[in-house]
Amino acid sequence: MDATMTQTDNSAPASSHGIASSLFENPNAKRLKLSDERIALEVKDLNLYYGEEQALKNISLKLAANRVTAFIGPSGCGKSTLLRCFNRMNDLVDACRIEGSISLEGKDIYDRKVDVAELRRRVGMVFQKPNPFPKSIFENVAYGLRLQGVRNRQVLSEVVERALRGAALWDEVKDRLNQNAFGLSGGQQQRLVIARAIAIEPEVILLDEPASALDPISTAKIEELIYELKEDYTILIVTHNMQQAARVSDYTAYMYLGEMVEYGDTMTLFTNPKKKATEDYITGRYG
Amino acid sequence: MTVKQWFKSGSPWVWLNAGAIAISMIMVVGLLSLILVRGFSHFWPAPILETTVTQPDGRQVQVMGELSRSQTLPAEVLRDAGVDIPREINLVTRHLIKQGNRDVWGRDFVWYPETGMEEWRFPADAMRLERRERGDFFGYPVRLMEAGRTVAEGDDLWPELQQRVARANDIFDEIRRIERREIGSVNQRMERVRLDERRLEMDRRAGRIDRATQEEAMAELEARRAELTQEFAVLQERLDTLYQDVRRDTLVARVSDGREVDLSLAQIIRAVKPNDMSVVSKMGLYVAQFWDFLSGYPREANTEGGILPAIFGTVTMVFVMSIIVSPFGVLAAIYLREYARQGPLLRMIRISVYNLAGVPSIVFGVFGLGFFVYFVGGAVDQQFFPEALPSPTFGTPGLLWASLTLALLTLPVVIVATEEGLARIPSTIRHGSLALGATKAETLWKVVVPLATPAMMTGLILAIARAAGEVAPLMLVGVVKLAPTLPVDGNFPFIHLERKIMHLGFHIFDVGFQSPNVEAAQPLVYATAMTLVVLIVMLNLTAISIRNSLREKYRSESD
Repeated sequence: MDATMTQTDNSAPASSHGIASSLFENPNAKRLKLSDERIALEVKDLNLYYGEEQALKNISLKLAANRVTAFIGPSGCGKSTLLRCFNRMNDLVDACRIEGSISLEGKDIYDRKVDVAELRRRVGMVFQKPNPFPKSIFENVAYGLRLQGVRNRQVLSEVVERALRGAALWDEVKDRLNQNAFGLSGGQQQRLVIARAIAIEPEVILLDEPASALDPISTAKIEELIYELKEDYTILIVTHNMQQAARVSDYTAYMYLGEMVEYGDTMTLFTNPKKKATEDYITGRYG
Repeated sequence: MTVKQWFKSGSPWVWLNAGAIAISMIMVVGLLSLILVRGFSHFWPAPILETTVTQPDGRQVQVMGELSRSQTLPAEVLRDAGVDIPREINLVTRHLIKQGNRDVWGRDFVWYPETGMEEWRFPADAMRLERRERGDFFGYPVRLMEAGRTVAEGDDLWPELQQRVARANDIFDEIRRIERREIGSVNQRMERVRLDERRLEMDRRAGRIDRATQEEAMAELEARRAELTQEFAVLQERLDTLYQDVRRDTLVARVSDGREVDLSLAQIIRAVKPNDMSVVSKMGLYVAQFWDFLSGYPREANTEGGILPAIFGTVTMVFVMSIIVSPFGVLAAIYLREYARQGPLLRMIRISVYNLAGVPSIVFGVFGLGFFVYFVGGAVDQQFFPEALPSPTFGTPGLLWASLTLALLTLPVVIVATEEGLARIPSTIRHGSLALGATKAETLWKVVVPLATPAMMTGLILAIARAAGEVAPLMLVGVVKLAPTLPVDGNFPFIHLERKIMHLGFHIFDVGFQSPNVEAAQPLVYATAMTLVVLIVMLNLTAISIRNSLREKYRSESD
């Protein structure tokens, strides 16, 4: 998988010219208003601490359903940490403490009565590095369903095919579903992981720098996929790469040192940022 | 180039490292080749030499046998030992001759000095008999007798002898089969009847059943016993006929000093004339003798015959140990790595487990004897086999306790290997599973543990290698020099965990150092050592191939 390890996306510094052209590539890029949207997730006064250190400071925002929201910002700004709050993956970190609330469809996900496994079925996640299981392609996609107790081979086959088609991978793997998933290329593995996530039909999909370990062609495929997926899912994406954010997202949040600096529709944020810090970052004057 | 430059260039280190490797390789290769050469060469038929030795006092002795080894010594050494050697001789060469015929000569290995020894002759007619008792016989065949009358002499003798030896061996195999299998089975059932009776008696005394029930059951058992006695009588009768049959023929043979000796064919396993054999037939004999060694039962206080029970015991013990140690070690490792809260207590537990690997194995033997055999075994006997007391069933060393002790001994190896395997599984894979709504247990059993199986196999490989070669603790908890029965047979429950077993490692010790006949035993020590090494290599190769196929199955990009 060495070819996919080259981090082509992150190497070029952002320039305003590049972003403008990226926006031009985004067929959906138009001025949107959050007040017109149905709200899927709402974050209220979120503070997160790793031990003594505060990683997220007073975050509040509403996230639109069936839209792509991108979180951008320099390394260590807390964007991945924030993303992991939405499916409570931060619970796995011992020293992590959270204040405030996040509600999904109006219900607080940090409520004591919430079943975390159930929550993670509703909020799927794709990680930075492709992480298929050491099983066949078929079993990778069927994994979530098997967890829910689905045994019927017919049902499994249908869902696996639908998910693989949804992740634009079906044509490439339909003849070798029983082969080990590690035999796929990095880009294919990442799409397999997306297929695995959508197989259990979540409401929200979290993408944590999904293309940062992939080559440009695979990256383009993943981005195309993201356009298509937002028909059915609410998508949150963390990315280092501002062109990517501009290309795929409807809304963008810029974070810096654990704080939400600016949040708004992508078109406005990139062409007419309200804050100086945002402008500095997207034009490459930051740091 | 100056010395300083040479040091700086780093080549001294290369030489040092290469030298260390070379020395290790030489030691390993030397050890293995010594064992293999000595072990394999034992079964090659040696020529039979005959010569006349004139003793210093003028007496002449006819010597016949195989050359075991030769050595050259300063005459002083022998003079000190009381051998009379002329003044002018400083160095003496002497030969150890295996002259066999323990029943005729009393001693079967004798040193003869070369001085006074005539040239060696290798008569084609010289014959070696492999016998069931009293070791090999060397001599010349004279005539073959059946019930007191001669049936073959001269040229006819040899083929006739081979035929009749084969017949006697067939009968003998049948006798063995009846004695081991059928009478063994009758005895076991008889013992069960006896124990059932005692249990009834005890139950009645304890008031669990009344007299009428007891008597009814007793009558049934009595009927069974009568049946078994009947069965036994039939077998005994068959045995008697077979014994008579097998003793029918006698071979008259002449030993080197001219005396004639009667030998019952029942005693003869194999008759060969090695001086008259071609290389091909020697090879055939080699294979046959080697097979006898691997598949036969020991004879003559383990100095002759085969090592089947020892091979069997070793393999069975290692299997039972693997069955015990793998789940135990794996579960312990999973708990330590995945569930237990990391902290000082856990660190202490982990250090203790690791240090268990450094405890001398004899200590485990003592623990096994005290805890498993006497404490646990005693309790098991009280609970489940009270009718057999005071003779213990599980309260005595046996296969189960030996396996358990070894399992304890190898537990740290399995735990450490499994823990390391679990730690190597990338957290991204765990997170991938958790993010799909799997619980921790589901993630563990469906994704993490399968990925760690190659590491578990590595642990098991190390455990097997250590267990198969261990001897010291086993002497205390279940291995004996001669086990009357194999731990696995055709009688219910087929694997007899309470039985004592033989073990290759202990067999080496016993044959080599506890044997009444050191010279006869020595080649067997090498042959047994070779078998043990080959066996361990085979067990390891099996486990390694399983591990490699698992690795292939769970090949991941992180490898």
